[in-house]
Amino acid sequence: MTSPGTGPLLEVTGLDVFYGDFQALFGVSLSVARGRATALVGANGAGKTTLLRTIAGGQAAASGSIRYAGADLTSAPPHRRISRGIALVPEGRRLFPSLTVEENIQVGAAAAASDEWPLDRIYGVFPMIARRRGQRASTLSGGEQQAVAIARALAAAPALLLLDEISLGLAPRVVGELYQTLAGLREAGATLLIVEQDLRRAMTACDDLVCLLEGRVALAAPVAATSRAAVVAAYFGEDSRADSA
Amino acid sequence: MTWVNAVIQGLLLGGQYALIACGLSLTFGVMRIVNLAHGDLAVCGAYLGLVLSAALGVPVWYTLPLVLPAAFCVGLALQALLFGRALRHGELAPVLVTFGLSVMIENLLQVAATSDPRGLNGGTLALASFRLGRHITVSWLFMTAFLTACAVLSGLQLLLSRTSWGRKVRATADDLDTARLVGIRVRPVFATVAGLAVATAALAGVFIGTIGTFDPLAGASTLIFAFEAVVIGGIGSLWGTLAGGMALGVTQVVVGQINQAYAVLAVHLLFLAVLAVRPAGLFAGHQAGREVRGLRALG
Repeated sequence: MTSPGTGPLLEVTGLDVFYGDFQALFGVSLSVARGRATALVGANGAGKTTLLRTIAGGQAAASGSIRYAGADLTSAPPHRRISRGIALVPEGRRLFPSLTVEENIQVGAAAAASDEWPLDRIYGVFPMIARRRGQRASTLSGGEQQAVAIARALAAAPALLLLDEISLGLAPRVVGELYQTLAGLREAGATLLIVEQDLRRAMTACDDLVCLLEGRVALAAPVAATSRAAVVAAYFGEDSRADSA
Repeated sequence: MTWVNAVIQGLLLGGQYALIACGLSLTFGVMRIVNLAHGDLAVCGAYLGLVLSAALGVPVWYTLPLVLPAAFCVGLALQALLFGRALRHGELAPVLVTFGLSVMIENLLQVAATSDPRGLNGGTLALASFRLGRHITVSWLFMTAFLTACAVLSGLQLLLSRTSWGRKVRATADDLDTARLVGIRVRPVFATVAGLAVATAALAGVFIGTIGTFDPLAGASTLIFAFEAVVIGGIGSLWGTLAGGMALGVTQVVVGQINQAYAVLAVHLLFLAVLAVRPAGLFAGHQAGREVRGLRALG
């Protein structure tokens, strides 16, 4: 799995995803290179969360393919994707409220790709939750809960970490700390795909940027090769129609 | 002294209700299935004990090493063939499927075993008793049923709180979708829970059949008592289920002391009263309370 392939770690091609009759993604293609951080931006309802969930296996693709480290995972169940190295930090944290902090993290290791991330290493990265390990997850502050959600994903020892709006509802200082932790994970070799509402933070923290508009890719470029104005234009659609506002 | 005696007998009877109810509590808590065939599965356990005990010529206790694994496997099969499929088709499908299963079991038992009431051979234990003080006599059979219920509930509680299997079960009960997303394989979790539920039901069935008699239709009344114990105790709380069972048992025996005709009615009235005052049950956690309040707000 750690084959030094030169191709992208994750390659999504022509993904169509439906919720019943409603189509959320239209032929979305995306590629994430090994060791890079990609920001996924777009307005509410653009399909960012759906895309992450589909990559993680929580949502079935109607057509298109998901290739990861050379293998086709389009129809693999979530636990098989995790054991190959894809872990998701879901939107809204989604901790198990009746489990303790430590139990939440242990559950994340249920299908772990390797034992590279034992509990003590995770607590080394998040010292603030080590003190709360015996507490119920639901009693923690928002920032601590987000840290536990990331820790739960780390327990799966992922090579590709999918992060869905980790800054939602958190104080800027806490968000800064979380992003510092992510920078540390990148240095350790992790590849990141991050959904982030804060455009400035997304463009500072990531190497590449993908913007979704109404279920389609409106822009995909390295951050260095694009501008804030171009991203904003893609974000709202070049012909910003009054009826879609 | 008769009142003290009634309370003690009621508490012991409550253990039996808790034993039959814990499987119901587990399946509802984890899979959100109200298994309407749970009582019938208990009766099946009693019939299986009856057949084996007659064939081998031993008291029914010696057949448990065969009955319980068989019941566990029946649970695995039911989950794989019926419940799992039903769960994929909305909330109503499992109710209809378990109702259908209940009707089928009752009718098949009537064809296979006739409607005659049966009792199980409990050996010497069935007749033994001991004295508490000068006036109270306790049947060893009731005591054994009660202690077995406590042991089963403690064992389940330990499994749930201390093992990695239990962690997965609790995570799945909390949030099925997220459990899948973080890599828990939900199918084996559901299968083992169903297996344990049917095994505990069969064990309860063997006690019911030894203490009293049973017939192919006994499952329905068994189910009602189990259901009431679960609701009174608070859904998803095993100790609550034990307490709920005891509340039912004490009510039944104490009211029966006054007038036997009202004993069972009193139990159902207690259930209605709890449902009206504390719909989440007496020992429910905050979350269950929120869920039930949420449901009421919707309704």
